[in-house]
Amino acid sequence: MDFNENFVLGCSAIGAGLAVIAGIGPGVGQGIAAGHGAAAVGRNPGARSEIMSTMLLGQAVAETTGLYGLLVAMLLLFVKPLVG
Amino acid sequence: MGYGVLMSSGEFDSSSFMIHGIFKYSFFGHEVWITNTHVSILIIMILLIVFSLVGGKCLKKATMKPGKFQNVIELLVEFLDGIVDKAMGKGAPKYYNYIGTLFVFILVSNISGLLGLRPPTADYGVTLPLGILTFILVHYAEVRFNKPLDLWKDKCSPLPPWLPIWLPINIISDIAVPISLSLRLFANVLSGTIMMALVYGLLKWVAVAWPAALHVYFDLFSGAIQTYVFCMLTMTYISSARGDGN
Repeated sequence: MDFNENFVLGCSAIGAGLAVIAGIGPGVGQGIAAGHGAAAVGRNPGARSEIMSTMLLGQAVAETTGLYGLLVAMLLLFVKPLVG
Repeated sequence: MGYGVLMSSGEFDSSSFMIHGIFKYSFFGHEVWITNTHVSILIIMILLIVFSLVGGKCLKKATMKPGKFQNVIELLVEFLDGIVDKAMGKGAPKYYNYIGTLFVFILVSNISGLLGLRPPTADYGVTLPLGILTFILVHYAEVRFNKPLDLWKDKCSPLPPWLPIWLPINIISDIAVPISLSLRLFANVLSGTIMMALVYGLLKWVAVAWPAALHVYFDLFSGAIQTYVFCMLTMTYISSARGDGN
């Protein structure tokens, strides 16, 4: 079975959109981290800078999975590996 | 684009944010391209080399009461050394040079989007070597500071050392470290670059003053955070490989 190029390109665009749904996970995770960070600063304002750096580090690590989704979307849209 | 994938009017060309070759030459029979990544990385290197030469000359005749430029350099060096000290404890002084260089290079690369260059860190060929350098340093420290038996025990860790079923999984997780480290930096900077290109390319005259706010977020904030994270993770991996805690 072979499809024409526009059909494959359209399907790639849909796939790119689906891949970016991966952003939900890191969004929730980073929000939870930020919320706990705020609570920690409220409880112990003296340790503000320590809490900030730990929180940012954790958030950046949690962000990775979302970025993988973004990368897949970018590849589908701009590199077009499926269009022969 | 030609296909209208991005709702553009057809004038928008994706080459404004893609890596593209500037000229090619033949190197022992291979076709080698000089791309815009090379150009911007060379500009940044020249900038940093000139800055460090001038700074070194200034510190050669340092005075007790620092002048303006000497003050800036002392602030910078103290800041970088402070980060390394905080993260690595007593093993820190050996890594001042590497982490400091890494930090300055990645930071300047990330914010070079403000100067109209294409950030070199938005090229996987730049970030993967940085990840591999971290990988080499981590495993050098691991072999140097641990006995081989402890290393073997650690690699089989959840199960006893005579039952190495978990070994391949631990090895895979070791290999994943440089890949995830480099992909994180790459994807962050690339997404910022592409988003800015889309704003400028698609909105044309609508994008007048407010992209400045986006630049502050994507270039300055995100770039600084990713620099910090890359250096911090490198230091965390190295110090846990050295086993400084115990």
